Amino acid sequence: MSTIILLLITGLGLGALYFLVASGLSLIYGLMGVLNFAHGSFLTLGAFAGWELARRMDGSSWGTLIASLVLGMAVGAFVAAATEFLLIRRLYNRHIEQVLVTVGLALASVALFEGIWGTDAIYVTAPEWLSQTTEILGARVPNDRFLMIGAAVLVLLGIVAFLRYTRFGLIIRAGVENRSMVTALGIDVRKAFTVVFAIGGAAAGLGGVLASHYFGYVSPQLGGSLLIFAFIVTVIGGLGSLAGAAIASVVVAVLQQFANYFWGGTGDLMVVLLLAVVLLVRPTGILGKKA
Amino acid sequence: MKSLSKLSQRTWWIVGGVLVVIAALLPLLNISIPGVLPGATYTPGTLQLLALALLFASLALSYHLLFGTAGMLSFGHALYFALGAYGLGIVLHETELTLLPALGLTLAIVITAAYLLGSLSLRVTGISFAMVTLAFAQAGNVLVRRNPGITGGEEGLRLDTEHIPDFFIGVVNTRNLYWLALALLVVVFVVVAWFENSRAGHAVTATRENELRVRVLGLRPFGVKLMAFVIASVLASLVGMVHLLLQSGTTPRATSADFTLTILVIVVLGGVGSRWGAIVGGIIYTLLDQRLTALASSDAIDGLPAILRIPLSEPLFILGTLFILVVLFLPGGIAGAVQRLSTGTSLAPQKRQRLEEAE
Amino acid sequence: MTEIVTESILSVAGLSASIAGQQVVEDVSFEMLPVGVTALLGRNGVGKTSTLRAIMGLIERSGEVTIAGQRVDREPTHRIVQRGVGYVPEDREVFSSLTVAENLRLAERDSSPNRQLIHELFPDLTDRAGQLAGTLSGGQQQMVSLARALVNDNRVLLVDEPTKGLAPLIVMDVAKALERAAQTVPVLLVEQNLQVVRMLAEKAIVLEGGRVVYDGSAEELLSNEALTKELLGVA
Repeated sequence: MSTIILLLITGLGLGALYFLVASGLSLIYGLMGVLNFAHGSFLTLGAFAGWELARRMDGSSWGTLIASLVLGMAVGAFVAAATEFLLIRRLYNRHIEQVLVTVGLALASVALFEGIWGTDAIYVTAPEWLSQTTEILGARVPNDRFLMIGAAVLVLLGIVAFLRYTRFGLIIRAGVENRSMVTALGIDVRKAFTVVFAIGGAAAGLGGVLASHYFGYVSPQLGGSLLIFAFIVTVIGGLGSLAGAAIASVVVAVLQQFANYFWGGTGDLMVVLLLAVVLLVRPTGILGKKA
Repeated sequence: MKSLSKLSQRTWWIVGGVLVVIAALLPLLNISIPGVLPGATYTPGTLQLLALALLFASLALSYHLLFGTAGMLSFGHALYFALGAYGLGIVLHETELTLLPALGLTLAIVITAAYLLGSLSLRVTGISFAMVTLAFAQAGNVLVRRNPGITGGEEGLRLDTEHIPDFFIGVVNTRNLYWLALALLVVVFVVVAWFENSRAGHAVTATRENELRVRVLGLRPFGVKLMAFVIASVLASLVGMVHLLLQSGTTPRATSADFTLTILVIVVLGGVGSRWGAIVGGIIYTLLDQRLTALASSDAIDGLPAILRIPLSEPLFILGTLFILVVLFLPGGIAGAVQRLSTGTSLAPQKRQRLEEAE
Repeated sequence: MTEIVTESILSVAGLSASIAGQQVVEDVSFEMLPVGVTALLGRNGVGKTSTLRAIMGLIERSGEVTIAGQRVDREPTHRIVQRGVGYVPEDREVFSSLTVAENLRLAERDSSPNRQLIHELFPDLTDRAGQLAGTLSGGQQQMVSLARALVNDNRVLLVDEPTKGLAPLIVMDVAKALERAAQTVPVLLVEQNLQVVRMLAEKAIVLEGGRVVYDGSAEELLSNEALTKELLGVA
């Protein structure tokens, strides 16, 4: 029983990370039709920014952790918005070329990170509480899991509130459904593009700092390795669906944990198998609209 | 001046034939191109590099068939290259088969895998297809890394030379491998050209442009797309096999998403939709990569201030940036630029169209 | 000498358009009446909808489109709309995952939107403000789509098959709403229901094979049974 609780909560923690990456991917794809390969780099940069801040301050204090989370978000949002503004916008409505540009950016940025911070993993320091455990129904659960889950829930609620209660949110929701009709109502939908990139980048940057605490290190490859699972999550959840991304994040991560524990480290393969099954049964994903 | 584009099909084949003959003679000649090649053309080091360039050209051609001709944006093409390399390496190591039967067995495995995974991936199109192929390739990557007993894990797989003919072994025989790579390029080119001009090739091109119209004509896009997928995969696996022989082994990098992205970069640099572009892209990329790596560790770079030194010492940073610039400002890649120069017209809209149809 | 220039509100000259490389509108030229309803007619698939979409900049187009004396054929869709063009697309295209109120709120461009007018024309929508547009009936969705255009003060309205697939009673509701709208703003109307055309339109333009084959009085066209049959395939 305690093992199952532990696996479940650890899965939720990992799912929280997937969601932080996948939510932005899904929103960007839903509104713009762009598969953003540079999203992992937003995450990595956020993680490095958080680490750079933490090593200059007292890494074990809560104040530093919160400051690094905020900085990670800000850096992610800024870089993502700049990417949209400088690169993606020039190729308006040319989806393949937009994807190619993000591919180039992903390759170049990871190389640049390696040049700046080296290829080896850098270990991070965190408040002591995060490395301790809490007992739940007999399971000793590492506390950092709760931080992941809490942050992801806050981000989910924040994005939902933004989409529901702001004019940009209204434009984004309408644009995901039918972008050309939004323009036919006299709205310059491109402004919303920069906004979704910034939101996605902020979530990814936050995810980067959190991931560095979940795994215990930062490295230039951090974003890329999470990105692949985030892609899978967005396809399983249904491209463009935020709720689908949330559900799929949890399903994928929990499945991964259980398979790793009970079926001898086959978690990653099970995830791909799940993807295959979903595509066979329901090619649009759990909550995806028809292509 | 007669414009390049007006040259007939036959003239192109003759030009190609002459180029192949010249390429075949290189190991017997003493030509030095300082700054491009590390040494004279007969030296093993240079031949090794040239052979690698030819392999990348072949690999790019196989991806051209997938992306440029059939319009399928795959992010998992590296999987089939790796299946060839690892498949042949493992078969040679685990069985007593000699090279040719081992090659045949590996090919059978590749065809089966490509058929199964292709059938599954092609249930979706566009970006979903890209993501699914990426996921399958990633599974391959995980399998390779997690089973070091068979694949050598992170260390990579070393070629077991016991059953390999002697003329493919050792530094002195590099030129034989070079000729093998050249022969493979010719084979891949002929297969790709043949497919593009076949009924299935026309159907698959039509599917790229307008899937609905092809359905109306009573053709099944799925079948021809799957055929293109399997052919492209088999060609990639052949390149992987020769790569294994040339490099005396293979590493998990061959299975990585980055490797597929590299192939994509090559095809886009060369010019999407152009066979010649893919070849030129593959050769230029390999030489550029090698030169940039040499540049990165050179003294000239070492002396620069950090803000210049760090970016310039990362070949991938320069290539990635170059790639972004090509996508933004040079639609149609190298082939498109050459055609524009020779005809004096702007083909940009057409080339962009071509790229977009791939969706 | 004083001359009153009655500049056309919307004129199209040599307009061609294509979808995925296929030409759907070929060298179409016409002018709208400065007041009332101008009907754009033709058999199925002759390019009426594509003509409207080309005017709106929603598909690749070439040729001249002038709205109130300004060339707009190189402008993006949202800019054209901001010049005072209301567009009611074929098949309504309401945002089904948004509520009725949100659909309308999204459409409001003016600082003082005509909420009162919408309420008078479509009282039903006020009652259903909180309902998801995707759960409305076809007629109600059409009202949302019309309301999205009428909520702003426009210089011209482009309305594409507003009565398609609606019950006869609802058709009359829609027609009355259009009649009322046409009192204040000129309307370019694509419509299959000739009864509605008779009731509303003064001028008719007929397309065939992507080209204009009739440009004149709507009444003359519709009272000539042979001509109607020849051009529209129905009497």
